[in-house]
Amino acid sequence: MTLILFIEQVLNGLQFGIMLFLMAAGLTLVFGVMGLINLAHGSLYMVGAFAAAAVAGWTGSFVLGLAAALAAAAAAGALVELLVIRRLYDRDHLDQVLATFALILIFSEGTRYLFGSFPLYLDIPDALTGPVTLPGGIQYPAYRLAIIAIGLTIAAGLFWLISRTRLGIRIRAGEADREMIAALGVDISKLYTIVFALGAALAGLAGALVGAIQAVQVGMGEPVLILAFVVIVIGGIGSIKGALIGSLLVGLTETLGSIAMPALFRLFMDNSAAQATGSAIASMLIYVLMALVLVWRPQGLFGARV
Amino acid sequence: MSRETILNAVIFGGLLAVPLWACIVDEPFTITLATKVAILALAGVGLNIALGLGGLVSLGHAAFFGLGGYAMGILASHAQSYTPLMESPLLIEGTKSMPIIWLMALITSALAALAIGALSLRTSGVYFIMITLAFGQMFYYLSISWPAYGGEDGLSIYVRNGFPGLNTLDPIQFFAICFALLALALWLNARLIRSPFGLALGAARQSPQRVETVGLSPFRLRLAAFVISGAITGLAGALFADLNRFVSPTMFSWQTSGEIMIFVILGGVGRLYGPVAGAALFITLEHVLGGLSEFWHIYLGLLLLLVVLFARGGLIGLIAGREVHHD
Repeated sequence: MTLILFIEQVLNGLQFGIMLFLMAAGLTLVFGVMGLINLAHGSLYMVGAFAAAAVAGWTGSFVLGLAAALAAAAAAGALVELLVIRRLYDRDHLDQVLATFALILIFSEGTRYLFGSFPLYLDIPDALTGPVTLPGGIQYPAYRLAIIAIGLTIAAGLFWLISRTRLGIRIRAGEADREMIAALGVDISKLYTIVFALGAALAGLAGALVGAIQAVQVGMGEPVLILAFVVIVIGGIGSIKGALIGSLLVGLTETLGSIAMPALFRLFMDNSAAQATGSAIASMLIYVLMALVLVWRPQGLFGARV
Repeated sequence: MSRETILNAVIFGGLLAVPLWACIVDEPFTITLATKVAILALAGVGLNIALGLGGLVSLGHAAFFGLGGYAMGILASHAQSYTPLMESPLLIEGTKSMPIIWLMALITSALAALAIGALSLRTSGVYFIMITLAFGQMFYYLSISWPAYGGEDGLSIYVRNGFPGLNTLDPIQFFAICFALLALALWLNARLIRSPFGLALGAARQSPQRVETVGLSPFRLRLAAFVISGAITGLAGALFADLNRFVSPTMFSWQTSGEIMIFVILGGVGRLYGPVAGAALFITLEHVLGGLSEFWHIYLGLLLLLVVLFARGGLIGLIAGREVHHD
């Protein structure tokens, strides 16, 4: 593996990790504050991607598409919270799993009904097509760099929101003691709706950004959702910092593993067998990583409780 | 006799009567549907041991379902191509014999359940759900990226595997095999509920601290339940693959885990016959609604949402009352 290829893969891993972070941050907030497991988070990712692809298709503007993705995902999130999710806070996790699984079915088939089974495509904005030359003469797609930059900005904004603003104080207070902040006069149901919509908007943004490098199709959200779960298990529930570190670990393991494993097996196998075994092992790497974290720290790297 | 006992008898008798009637009027498709119900109910019975009895919300049972399926697919594909599975250090040949395939399906899925359970039972609650889901997905990606056994395309088996003394290609005889295994699993489940192990497991669900105080380990009880649960679901996977004469990574997908859970929930969690009622309802809905609309999953989703929000206890709970009877 040459150095240039390695750096490219590290950047790809960062880009993938940042996308996972946008998903995992919302999930972990919703779990930390409301104690709710939301399987339908992947559907909100899909809603974002479809809204962006549809609006960018009509208007020709990528920025309008992104705005539409944020708005549509946040609106879908708020609506779902008001209609269904708020009935589930007092229920056990089994009920939450089932109800949000039902929401996945409704969202997926609803989207298929509206947009059909064929994937949509979202074009990369003109300003960001083509590669950028990085120091050291490495060519790297500008759009992927932009995703990394946007993601890091949002991560910084989220840390600021949680640690410096009144809303952030309430969110942290909600994580620590729900009953108490309700007793202190905070409108807890409004806070829940806001947190849920915020998480949904982050998921929608992730969907829209990824929509320009992948096909926008029904069912695109759930594989990412499951990876976001792996991230949360590694990082620890309720911790934004854990979500960030976990996302980057998973992103880097996934992209570097798919290159490194076949190369590793090529040392003592013939080429095609090494490719096959290596890619099969690489597909399991992040789960092995998760298993190792579970053995070492069952509460996750930054989690407080199990 | 409680209402639930009568209802159980009706469900059990119904599942037996429908294919027999279909056999008389020569409707092989109905027999196939009933076979599917019996197999999926078996998978649900497996999950119900972890979920209903142990309180373990596993969203990764597709892993065991798929492993059972691939155990059948791999053994039968080697048998049909006359290539041994392994030559050194010892010769292992493929087989087309159902009992051996079932045994392998039980062993592989039990071992996988032991490994997954040992890791995921270190945690509880929402962590457990996410971890089981993730491990299920691991098998999905592994089956896709492992090219030797079909990869994404799956494996086709040309002729259904054999059972000594029966013609498994005859739909009603294959149904009889699946139904007998389902009845056996239900009987085992009923025995398990009343056994000391089952009582301890139920106690560990209600109050782990108390169970620990009397000197039992909740972790071990749950792990044992998870292994039994995974093995039964694995057996169902082998039968399901035999029904379709096809295995593919879809058996490992998270939707499969969700669907197995839906059988249990629609019927009623922790009810002995819940998975049977749930699987029968699911297949009927799939058949009826699927005929009406291409987008029948929307109605399934709405129904599931209504059951969760307003009709807790599922179908059996709705008819037989909220109280869970174990007789």
